[in-house]
Amino acid sequence: MSLLPRDVIKIGDGVTLLCAFCAVIWVTLSAWHSDLADKAIIRQGGKIFREVPLARDQQIEVQGPLGISVITIAKRKARITADPSPRQYCVRQGWLERAGEIAICLPNEVSVELLGGTKKYDSLNY
Amino acid sequence: MTASTTNPSRSHTENEQGARILHTVPSDHHIAQMAAIALVLSIIEGALPSPLPGVKPGIANIVTLVVLVRYGWRAAAWVSLLRVIAGSILFGNLFAPGFFLSLSGALCSLAMLAITWQLPERWFGAVTHSICAAFAHIAGQMLVVYVWLIPHSGIIFLFPIFAAAALFFGALNGLLAARLLNTPDT
Repeated sequence: MSLLPRDVIKIGDGVTLLCAFCAVIWVTLSAWHSDLADKAIIRQGGKIFREVPLARDQQIEVQGPLGISVITIAKRKARITADPSPRQYCVRQGWLERAGEIAICLPNEVSVELLGGTKKYDSLNY
Repeated sequence: MTASTTNPSRSHTENEQGARILHTVPSDHHIAQMAAIALVLSIIEGALPSPLPGVKPGIANIVTLVVLVRYGWRAAAWVSLLRVIAGSILFGNLFAPGFFLSLSGALCSLAMLAITWQLPERWFGAVTHSICAAFAHIAGQMLVVYVWLIPHSGIIFLFPIFAAAALFFGALNGLLAARLLNTPDT
């Protein structure tokens, strides 16, 4: 007995399978699609330190209670390059490129958030 | 824990002492047996590690599919709901969030099966039922999660993962059920 004889998978089943596959692709594309960001908001101690466009490559140094955090903007992406916090979570998070992405250095009270055309909600500002 | 699908009106009568007795017919026993098989499958599945919380193959639904094609929607609904309720008693999560997730998934699947069951059997088989029910299952669960447990739009990011899992395991369970249905004496 072969694995797929005609009466195990019928013609309609094939159609269903194909439709379901397309539906999954569509759901994936629409759920995981997000706008590329066009500016970054750098906060220190809860207040906006600077708003910078991603178009221009630059390095920004932010003074926090533990020391200086270095934020790099390059190729329309942003990341925290160096930070004095002990666990380095925000540095290891790497490049941010989509709107709504955020890197936070809690000990040094520095955060970088990317914004696009429309602001996406996440658990921090819900 | 029985249910007469053939003649509900005589499912219980009163004997001489006035005590109510549950009369069962062979189809009740059959449903109970099928639900027991489904229960065993879901316990086996519970012992398997899951790569992602919430993603489960749902192999117990193979039994539901076989019952659906062989004995109709009512019998399948009984098997499915008995399995959910008895399973949650065994797992110890009756009326806990996990139970309501299972229940909402099962109810949505059954609603979907009530529709796909009407499709001409000549062209549509267990694979169609299985895939459609799997999608209804995750849609129902996600709705309950969104409305009740995590009212946050962020869960939409998980939806593609659950949808892909529903497609994969739905198709797999459907194929297995279709093969079982092709084998006589199941």
